[in-house]
Amino acid sequence: MVRSHVLVCGGTGCHSSGSDKIFEHFEEEIKKSGLEGEVKVIKTGCFGLCALGPVVVVYPEGAFYSKVTPDDVKEIVSEHLLKGRLVSRLLYTETVKEDTVTSLDDTDFYRKQMRVALRNCGVIDPENIKEYIAYDGYMALAKCLTEMTPEQVVKTILDSGLRGRGGGGFPTGRKWGFAAAQPAGEKYVCCNADEGDPGAFMDRSVLEGDPHSVLEAMAIAGYAIGASHGYIYVRAEYPIAVKRLSIALQQAREIGILGENILGTGFSFDVDIRLGAGAFVCGEETALLNSIEGKRGDPRPRPPFPAVKGLFGKPSIINNVETLANVPQIILKGAEWFSSIGTEKSPGTKVFALGGKIKHTGLVEVPMGTTLREIIEEIGGGIPNGKKFKAVQTGGPSGGCIPAEHLDIPVDYENLTAIGSIMGSGGMIVMDEDNCMVDIAKFFLKFTVDESCGKCTPCRIGIRRMLEILEKITSGNGTMEDIDTLEELCYFIKENALCGLGQTAPNPVLSTLRYFRNEYEAHVIDKKCPAGICKDLLTYVINPDKCKGCTLCAKNCPVGAISGELKGAHTIDTDKCIKCGVCVAGCKFKAIEKR
Amino acid sequence: MKTLAELQALRDDMKAQVGVRREGQYRMRVVVGMATCGIAAGARPVLAACTEELEKRKLTDVIVAQTGCIGICQYEPVVEVFDADGSKTTYVHVTPDKVPKIFAQHIVNGSPVVEYTIGANAK
Repeated sequence: MVRSHVLVCGGTGCHSSGSDKIFEHFEEEIKKSGLEGEVKVIKTGCFGLCALGPVVVVYPEGAFYSKVTPDDVKEIVSEHLLKGRLVSRLLYTETVKEDTVTSLDDTDFYRKQMRVALRNCGVIDPENIKEYIAYDGYMALAKCLTEMTPEQVVKTILDSGLRGRGGGGFPTGRKWGFAAAQPAGEKYVCCNADEGDPGAFMDRSVLEGDPHSVLEAMAIAGYAIGASHGYIYVRAEYPIAVKRLSIALQQAREIGILGENILGTGFSFDVDIRLGAGAFVCGEETALLNSIEGKRGDPRPRPPFPAVKGLFGKPSIINNVETLANVPQIILKGAEWFSSIGTEKSPGTKVFALGGKIKHTGLVEVPMGTTLREIIEEIGGGIPNGKKFKAVQTGGPSGGCIPAEHLDIPVDYENLTAIGSIMGSGGMIVMDEDNCMVDIAKFFLKFTVDESCGKCTPCRIGIRRMLEILEKITSGNGTMEDIDTLEELCYFIKENALCGLGQTAPNPVLSTLRYFRNEYEAHVIDKKCPAGICKDLLTYVINPDKCKGCTLCAKNCPVGAISGELKGAHTIDTDKCIKCGVCVAGCKFKAIEKR
Repeated sequence: MKTLAELQALRDDMKAQVGVRREGQYRMRVVVGMATCGIAAGARPVLAACTEELEKRKLTDVIVAQTGCIGICQYEPVVEVFDADGSKTTYVHVTPDKVPKIFAQHIVNGSPVVEYTIGANAK
């Protein structure tokens, strides 16, 4: 009998820092120590604390080892697994208290979290359907098929108040209701796993850590609307997610929980995986449908809405991965349980991917209504290196930047929209005083210019003009009229673009104009970049009082722009200087300043 | 799998296997001293016997763990049983054939096996 489980994180974050090697080393060392059959090694999905990866958790103690290297494995096996002595130098410091480990749930990172969509991530082996079943997997589907009518399923989802987690926030139950109301016949369930926002990895983590929850929810949706086939549209850039999803699908078919006549109830449902090539616009639902059909991923005008005329012209629903991951829990625990979490208008929880200038980079799930401050300062651990918070960007290229003054608003769909950003799919990028907000707006706009499909003029040409204006401003050639034109373009594109991509593309510019107009004006009027990012507006100067004449900067300068005598103050020739910053990084006397 | 009953049976079977991953949700904790002294005195088969009992009796609310040197090396192998209220019973000179009795009498029925405890064996 197995007495101990070693859980090695196999999410993309830990995988890229070598967790597969750690997994192999564990298996080898356990074999060498004769502990096979006593200790089981399991590769799980994401634990959330990606900043501390690779992560290894050993049960029954619940010891949380962080930043583990393959060389550490031998010590964990011989000390912990064989002799029962914790390897304290590798334990996450917050979990160590007087020689024993405390629960992970008591750490700052996990205390305020509530895991519904991520409930199995970092808990089960995603490549073993039986582990999913051990945690009540497929019981929700069984409950629907044996105890509920399709109408009751739709009503439960509607009553729960679940809203689309891909960003739109449309009530999922209503979407299902529309499709269910269409005349019987061929219908489809689609899962949108084309997560494209820079810095967002919520859906990827669910697919990597708990693929069966998505398959189960799709089958439930199929039963609810009367569909017998589903498609998951996932990007090929997520190889681990695709692999685990394929394994999950195969295992579900093998044990007969997907396929013909499920559990002898007469209901049949199967799923196919479609790989996307990574175009951002294919995350837009109508473009996604075109892409599944094998056509070019261009958006279609709506109406007709997909619930009426969707995939292959048949009634279809399209739900995001995280939305679906909530469904089995709602069926099992009831609509009331779900609607009691979060806020009145936005019930449930939301997964966020924390990134940027934040200590605990990673994946968190909190009840709706948690404030941004709690997420960033308490769970996320705040800004590293003692820097000052400037803004948080939510919603990716379709979202906006939120300044410090709004940190105390409770997060839900309406509140974020009211302050000029959006919930989006859940990317949260934190910026500190060293980030230039004009540069950030330019970054997101560059992304949307690249990803615009080119079908409608406001998006194809309008956003490009906006980017040109931003480039003009950051190079020091902007005028105040440019800012006005930029704003005017924003509103025009918002109103006239065909699909969500274009309609929301101006948001990063609008929100930075709203909260950080002074930075735009500094670029235009003073020709300065206050954060010291925009190269064209910077000059590097050596402070003669601080310079000791060590000649290091002159030696390091790749273009020979620095001159001076040994033990005498140096100077920079601004005509030659390429503003690479090498001199600043090397100066021991902090004598070189950016102005 | 063709019926709901089959799915439920599989779930119940699997639940016992992943039980070791539940943190802090157990009724009793059985700790085997597994330092060099314990291993030399024969703690490995004792540990194996404990986990076998767990499996045989399908005890999902009890965990078996090891610990380092308890400090009474002359009494090894030592097994400590922690009740839900935190009270501790220390069994000494444990052998695999003593384990079933400890489980039957103490873990399942709640009355410690006095003759195996350190109190009865102290010299």
